[in-house]
Amino acid sequence: MPKIIVEVMPKEVLLDPQGKAVANSLHRKGHNDITAVRIGKRIELHFDRAVTDADIASAKQIGENFLSNAVIEDVVSVTVEN
Amino acid sequence: MGLFKKKPAAPAVDLTHLDTTAKAAAEPNKEQPYVALGLKTEEYESIKSILGRRPSSSELAMYSVMWSEHCSYKSSKIYLRQFGEKVTPEMKKHLMVGMGENAGVVDIGEGWAVTFKVESHNHPSYIEPFQGAATGVGGIVRDILTMGARPIAVMDQLRFGAPTDPDTARVVHGVVDGISFYGNCLGLPNIGGETVFNKVYQGNPLVNALSVGALKHGDLKLAKASNPGDQVILFGARTGADGIGGVSVLASETFDADGPSRRPAVQVGDPFAEKVLIECCLELYAANVVAGIQDLGGAGISCATSELASNGGAGMRVELSKVLKRDESLTPEEILMSESQERMMAIVPKKDLKAFKAIVDKWEVEYSVLGEVINEDRLYITWHGEEIVNVPPRTVAHDGPVYERPVAYPAYQDHLNYMSVHVAADGQGLHRHNDNGSELAAQMWQIVTSPNQASKAYITDQYDHYVGGNTALAMPDDSGMVRVSEESGLGISIATDANGRFCQLDPYEGAKLALAEAYRNVAAGGAKPLAVTNCLNFGSPENPEVMWQFKQATAGLADGCLELGIPVTGGNVSFYNQTGDVAIHPTPVVGVLGVIDDVARRIPSGWQDEGHNIYLLGTTSDELDGSVWCEVIHGHLGGRPPKVDLAFEKQLAEAIAAASEQGLIASAHDLSEGGLAQAVVESSLRFGVGARIWISEICERDEVDRTSALFSESTGRILVSVGREDDVKFVGLCEARGIPVLRIGVTDSSAHLEIQDVATWPLADLRNGWSATLPELFAN
Amino acid sequence: MTMKIGVVTFPGTLDDRDAQRAVRLAGATAVPLWHADSDLKKVDAVVLPGGFSYGDYLRCGAIAAQAPITQEIIKQAGQGLPVLGICNGFQVLVESHLLPGGLIRNENQHFICRDQKLRVENIDTPWTNEFELNQEITIPLKNGEGGYIATDETLKRLEGEGLVAFRYLEMNPNGSMNAIAGLRNERGNVVGLMPHPEHAVEAGFGPDTAAAMRSGVDGLKFFTSVLKAVVNA
Repeated sequence: MPKIIVEVMPKEVLLDPQGKAVANSLHRKGHNDITAVRIGKRIELHFDRAVTDADIASAKQIGENFLSNAVIEDVVSVTVEN
Repeated sequence: MGLFKKKPAAPAVDLTHLDTTAKAAAEPNKEQPYVALGLKTEEYESIKSILGRRPSSSELAMYSVMWSEHCSYKSSKIYLRQFGEKVTPEMKKHLMVGMGENAGVVDIGEGWAVTFKVESHNHPSYIEPFQGAATGVGGIVRDILTMGARPIAVMDQLRFGAPTDPDTARVVHGVVDGISFYGNCLGLPNIGGETVFNKVYQGNPLVNALSVGALKHGDLKLAKASNPGDQVILFGARTGADGIGGVSVLASETFDADGPSRRPAVQVGDPFAEKVLIECCLELYAANVVAGIQDLGGAGISCATSELASNGGAGMRVELSKVLKRDESLTPEEILMSESQERMMAIVPKKDLKAFKAIVDKWEVEYSVLGEVINEDRLYITWHGEEIVNVPPRTVAHDGPVYERPVAYPAYQDHLNYMSVHVAADGQGLHRHNDNGSELAAQMWQIVTSPNQASKAYITDQYDHYVGGNTALAMPDDSGMVRVSEESGLGISIATDANGRFCQLDPYEGAKLALAEAYRNVAAGGAKPLAVTNCLNFGSPENPEVMWQFKQATAGLADGCLELGIPVTGGNVSFYNQTGDVAIHPTPVVGVLGVIDDVARRIPSGWQDEGHNIYLLGTTSDELDGSVWCEVIHGHLGGRPPKVDLAFEKQLAEAIAAASEQGLIASAHDLSEGGLAQAVVESSLRFGVGARIWISEICERDEVDRTSALFSESTGRILVSVGREDDVKFVGLCEARGIPVLRIGVTDSSAHLEIQDVATWPLADLRNGWSATLPELFAN
Repeated sequence: MTMKIGVVTFPGTLDDRDAQRAVRLAGATAVPLWHADSDLKKVDAVVLPGGFSYGDYLRCGAIAAQAPITQEIIKQAGQGLPVLGICNGFQVLVESHLLPGGLIRNENQHFICRDQKLRVENIDTPWTNEFELNQEITIPLKNGEGGYIATDETLKRLEGEGLVAFRYLEMNPNGSMNAIAGLRNERGNVVGLMPHPEHAVEAGFGPDTAAAMRSGVDGLKFFTSVLKAVVNA
């Protein structure tokens, strides 16, 4: 199934409490080489036809205006899987 | 959004391997996996004799889930009957709907009624604590909704393993997060409950969820399909592979000692879908466009179709391929057994179909018409036109097997009862520090800060108890109370209780004790106890000693209700709470519902003002067997539980009600686990009001030592605070009613709790100690 | 004629009936507004109540920010319509860019429900004019994602321009930056906060006070404030 994958991450500069909690837990388990954990989202947009350049452009816009909140998050990648 | 288009049409279905009813008749000797589905050979034979042929695989799926212990109550039925038999006409006076329906309905006056019920979700909550607990809340709320009521509150009764066991934190976090996540999203205040730790629950945590709903008398609905031609509609979430086989496999098989051997798909809850479904159903009821609505929980469509038809004395014709699916590869058997959450089945008169559609469309809820009600005692289910089920609905829903399982007095029981506090420790008796105030103080501190007695705020602060704006009492008060009528202030209160240690010592008395405590808690809040529900958590019914416990506990509860004059309106049984040969303590959770004409009159559980007199109502005996003192200080369990005098409990409740009506009491707190010591600490910390307490007069009047005065768990006792101006009236009222009353202290402005000749603690220290235990164990 | 205050219901909104009650207790008429409509029914002010609109999926308040009713609210807020966002409503305001910053998962990862002490730091808004400056009030707080965050630059501007309307006192329950509990916009007509004033409007059902159990009614002033503001406008 053709799809566009949008990946959203919390902004580097901001606290990511979820990631911090997971990192603490990993450290307790002895994974001390892991210096930090950050947790984001992977969003798939499915199509029942081939994805076009226009779809990608539109997905980028959706990603920035709706799927992420620019105040706290960044769209880090928009990729296509055909 | 224009981005999304419908999926392409599914390819034509292959029906060659479909086990139709015709095939079942034509191939009588085909081997069927009834054992793997949890059916016994006799049960399978009985299905064959009902149908006059072997069941099709879909029919087998239906019978196997519906005849499982969880759905059919086959081991408990003969004992549950007494809840309907040990009643007087007077007890039924307020009962609009009794046992047997989704939930009982009680008239509370002014044209209002309430419905309430507790249900277990124990096994799923051990396997996947978060989803198990979440879907437990979801399920009980849908039950309440089917009666036509708006759910108004939830509570939960939790039992976890030893607090220090490494697995306990996993279960605690999952369960609490699950309840918080799901319950908070529904907009229902969580007004109370219980949390108990004991190693007997290590591999078998108990997650019981209670919900209560309110309705006007005229809005009462019963889930049944009785009018031929009415449409059968499935609405809500789509059907997926959730918990397939969960009902029979999860709830009917004891875990192996090394943990669950099978991990079937757990049910995943979507509280948002449930919230929308609640509002949608209430709008459907208000528009009067449904004849009945049944929830889909355990046993899914199998249960809903057969129960609706059986309840209505009619039949049903259903085309199963019309079910909206999350996964197109689901087989008809899987669809019949799926436990996907947030689904409902409505019976809708044809003329109302348009109005029905308008309402579900407004809420953006998906639906599909599966079939219709027919005037024939038959449930026909087809799959793409081929008949796969053809059964009398009653045989699936209500005529399941009934067992009178062997009962045996436990081999360990006599020894357990013999090992009282007086003979334990090699016949010396458990040591008491009656003459040493500082040792008594140390014991008191140890008890108050033990995980079971410490503040539960770490857990309850994760639940919304404000939503709705009608919460009049909530944890840590003795009962939860919500306003039902905004005009008059009419409200209800609920308290639940179960003391597994007492029940282990004597299940008959233990069940009565749970009833007595829940009853007393409701009374202490100022409400009048009206009805009872229960959730009976036990080990394996195939173990005769467990079955004896069950027999004793149900008899104790039924006798107790008769004595108090309040009926059981419904309940739930959870068996197989055991790992290997080790069963949990019998844990019959008893919930008591009370009514109060104006919630403004409710009584808080803590002292609010300085200069009030503190009275102990009732008398204290040397009853430390099974107590928290035994458990925490000595790690001991043995002897016999405290005696319970229900006639006195009734008198006591009436005295509190009378005093409250006259506005004589400022606070009331029942004495139970941890005895007087625990009660005075909780009363002082509730609002941060200090007090000076003396116990010498208890010792003199009741002829008990200081250990008993502080820690005995004698029943029929309530701690009350009274303003000086009401003193004479209050004492007179108690004396006139034959309630022993003793002044044991006075509240003050010292910000200390002083127990004369024992200890003086600054309230801040006490609060820190009492509050720190659970966060230290579980916050990370 | 009594004043009309709209209360929006999105699918998943929970405290709409509570907000309607608060409006009535303040002496105004509550007008239910439905997420799919674009008609604000000529209300004098709007409350976006708490809950989990659209299941809080994607991000809290993000889907509600796209709803037709929200588009109309954004438009009229620009013309001065008083708007109060409570909890999820605050999240909707932030997602709608009517207020700056963002709200993320509580620092301790858990939902928290408690009686919260706040300081009112700005009374020049239609929702706070009945308070005294720096008044300490107790309002129930209940949220899972109430941690306020913003860039240093935004924080500096909020503090510099006095746009912080409420600050947590005694404890910061969710890890909010600068202990920010609530904000106002530059014009002052839009106010958002995480705590729930509609749960502190009726004696017997509010937070505990020193005087009596559940007797706190500090939240009522939000609603009487807007009445006064609209009458004086």
